[in-house]
Amino acid sequence: MKHKISTLCRDGLLDNNPVFIQLLGICSTLAVTTSLSNGIGMGLAMTLILVCSNVFISLLRKFIPNEARIAAFIVVISTFVTVVDLLLKAYIPALSESLGLFIPLIVVNCIILARAEAFASQNGVLDSLFDGLFMGLGYTLALVLISALREILGNGSIYGIRILPENVPAVAFFQTPAGAFIALGLMTALMRTVILKLKARKAPKVKH
Amino acid sequence: MDLVNLLLIAFSAIVVENFIFSRFLGVCPFLGVSKQPATAFGMGLAVTFVITVSNFLTFEINDLILKPYGLEFLQTIAFILVIAVLVQLLEMFFKRYIPVLYHALGIYLPLITTNCAVLGAALLAVESYTSVLEATFFGFASSIGFLVALLIFAGVRERLVFAHPPRAFEGMPLALISAGLCAMAFSGFSGIQL
Repeated sequence: MKHKISTLCRDGLLDNNPVFIQLLGICSTLAVTTSLSNGIGMGLAMTLILVCSNVFISLLRKFIPNEARIAAFIVVISTFVTVVDLLLKAYIPALSESLGLFIPLIVVNCIILARAEAFASQNGVLDSLFDGLFMGLGYTLALVLISALREILGNGSIYGIRILPENVPAVAFFQTPAGAFIALGLMTALMRTVILKLKARKAPKVKH
Repeated sequence: MDLVNLLLIAFSAIVVENFIFSRFLGVCPFLGVSKQPATAFGMGLAVTFVITVSNFLTFEINDLILKPYGLEFLQTIAFILVIAVLVQLLEMFFKRYIPVLYHALGIYLPLITTNCAVLGAALLAVESYTSVLEATFFGFASSIGFLVALLIFAGVRERLVFAHPPRAFEGMPLALISAGLCAMAFSGFSGIQL
């Protein structure tokens, strides 16, 4: 492997986090983060597709002609998205219902195409596998943080379990589309500051 | 298929269920190209054109090819291929025959393939409408909603240049929070059942 696993891990989760630093895949981030269970489900579905498409595109990188590469990437990605869509419909119908349109829309999620173009089409299979895994987990981390914030503030619960006392009212605003934009803005500001501080300290021991 | 029905589709798609502020479709280009009203307008027009044509094509393909053979599970793959080919063809067509439009939209056209509003509009139309006219019109109206949101936000963003936010909020966080405030204005329309 050309890259160290620890570098890829740090890159995907923090230094180059697809949501907080690269601001890719914002549509699905805003749409599915109304509850923690949705956030985790979407994050894991995305990670699975990202790993599969990165591995496959890396395997095919010597055969795909340069001019037609975007079309080829899209065919590979949409195949895996369809597989995951059908699997979710069959085995976790509740999750498939609440994520709705945003499962097929993973096809046009910029994170996957960006990793295919910038990483998998230029690197070996193992490197691409770990890159896909950690970028996917970085996306999942972002979804978990934002959906936890929105669920606690907007519904007073976490993972469906009420944690705020009954007499504390929830701010339903955070469950609305406007609240989604504002929660993402606040979380991005916070995480960017944290990531920059960690970078400045150059302390590679970060617990996730 | 009467006029009232089309007007209801238009009102609902443009303000009540605005693609950006209520359905979260096409937020990436919305944040990417809204720095100046002129570029926002170019991008909005290109998207309107592509969504209208792609909604017509994908609806017909679904009706004539996928449905009769029970291949609806291939919708995602078929639609994204149609959209990619359409965008490529449009780019070539404009370059050859309407160079003025090509130079105005040129740089935005290739980006449209990965705009989730296009695939989203196609999938939503197939799911909720039964006639090709309604589906095409839904695509057109939704993309007008996208254009309106883009123009409003580009105006807001021109003012943000002069703002002095805390360092952590510079750039994207500030843009996201401003978009949230615009979304609050649009949420005044939510709950209107037509």
